[in-house]
Amino acid sequence: MKLRRVVVTGMGALTPIGNNLEEYWEALKNGVSGAAPITHFDASKFKTQFACEVKNFNVFDFIDRKESRRLDKFSQFAVIASDEAIKDSAMDLESIDKSRVGVIWGAGIGGLETFQEEVINYSKGDGTPKFNPFFIPKMIADIAPAHISMRNGFMGPNFTTVSACASSANALIDALNYIRLGVCDVVVSGGSEAAVTIAGMGGFNAMHALSTRNDSPETASRPFDGERDGFVLGEGAGALVLEEYEHAKARGAKIYCEVSGGGMSSDAYHLTAPHPEGLGVMAVMRNCLKDAGVNPEEVDHINTHGTSTPLGDVAELKAISTVFGEHAKEISINSTKSMTGHLLGAAGAIEAIASILPLTEGIIPPTINHTTKDEKIDPELNLVLNNSEKRDIKISMSNTFGFGGHNACVLFRKYEE
Amino acid sequence: MSDIASRVKAIIVDKLGVDENEVVAEASFTNDLGADSLDTVELIMEFEKEFDIQIPDDQAENIATVGQAIQYIESAK
Repeated sequence: MKLRRVVVTGMGALTPIGNNLEEYWEALKNGVSGAAPITHFDASKFKTQFACEVKNFNVFDFIDRKESRRLDKFSQFAVIASDEAIKDSAMDLESIDKSRVGVIWGAGIGGLETFQEEVINYSKGDGTPKFNPFFIPKMIADIAPAHISMRNGFMGPNFTTVSACASSANALIDALNYIRLGVCDVVVSGGSEAAVTIAGMGGFNAMHALSTRNDSPETASRPFDGERDGFVLGEGAGALVLEEYEHAKARGAKIYCEVSGGGMSSDAYHLTAPHPEGLGVMAVMRNCLKDAGVNPEEVDHINTHGTSTPLGDVAELKAISTVFGEHAKEISINSTKSMTGHLLGAAGAIEAIASILPLTEGIIPPTINHTTKDEKIDPELNLVLNNSEKRDIKISMSNTFGFGGHNACVLFRKYEE
Repeated sequence: MSDIASRVKAIIVDKLGVDENEVVAEASFTNDLGADSLDTVELIMEFEKEFDIQIPDDQAENIATVGQAIQYIESAK
């Protein structure tokens, strides 16, 4: 069976460093940090008191009041970013066959704030359950793509992928597969997360996963730096319209790039710690290259998972060196989490965008906040430290790894007819 | 307008996002004010909270309009 070609024809972003695609790319190129003291709640008793929140955001600018009340913030982010991506794709929603349009979305957690508020409310009462009827349909992780389909009438496959921080990369891979297998012609994909909440910060703090650099939030996310001390929690959404090539061409769509392949693997090792030899991470990149039919020497750019944790960053770079050998030194390897923080279930989506725009723009965003060498990191690797790099590239890869040992990798190729 | 009526109307305006002028006594939550099954459950809960009363499910089923809600609450208080 011949697989169909899949291209990206629309993108949207709502991130801690920019509230739409254009702002996001400007901030990425310019090395802007999205980290700042938490405003969503009083974090004064928390070990970590900062995060990468979405800023200057008023939901009513995008969704009417009644509708917005039914949506947890992770769904609001999903609807807003996907609206932008659909508009960007210039798809004619009147004429398109909506039974052939799917929505496959990633969320690592779902409506954490809704869950938290309802349980707090219950615990304040006398034990009589007074749960809001919207509690469950706001909280469940699958509801974001349901809202996207209801809003647009898309009647193809519709579900959420959940693999922690790899969730939206898994969503993109599923989208790629359903299109190339002929199940649908278009999939609105991506991911969203809104876990900068009491429960989210408290939970990740308890795992010792977060940076505690409270005196300097904007320099706290420092992947590959010798003084990194954990990740910075972020929130937001990224959306991508994936489309079958002929379908896109027939309607004269703008094409950002080709999605050439995806790889998946599991560490089968530990709840949260990366495999010390990076076996799962090596496997996911090899699986991805094989799926895309690409040789390691052809890869120009890798947007790493690179969360700024002491163990994870080193393990990932070692795996890259093993998989790519000498060619690893020729690859522009960055971590845009240095700017955005870690958006969990939305990370794969916003980093897919950060891997695609270098193909069209010839600029690779930097890994910011580098001051100190880490002796465990090969100094010959090009980590695009502190300043963006001008480079015309043809192939980029995006790595994402989730708690639970879920690994996913997506490969994008510059569009050529 | 009684105090109860104005408080009931305020809740409906807030929860259903409708214009105050639409919230007349004969207006049906579902047919006129755009509520779905979940909205009506939420409205009943809000009335219970606001007026510190219990509205049993079999009674709640009979509250379909603004006027019925006001009437029920007035008699329950």
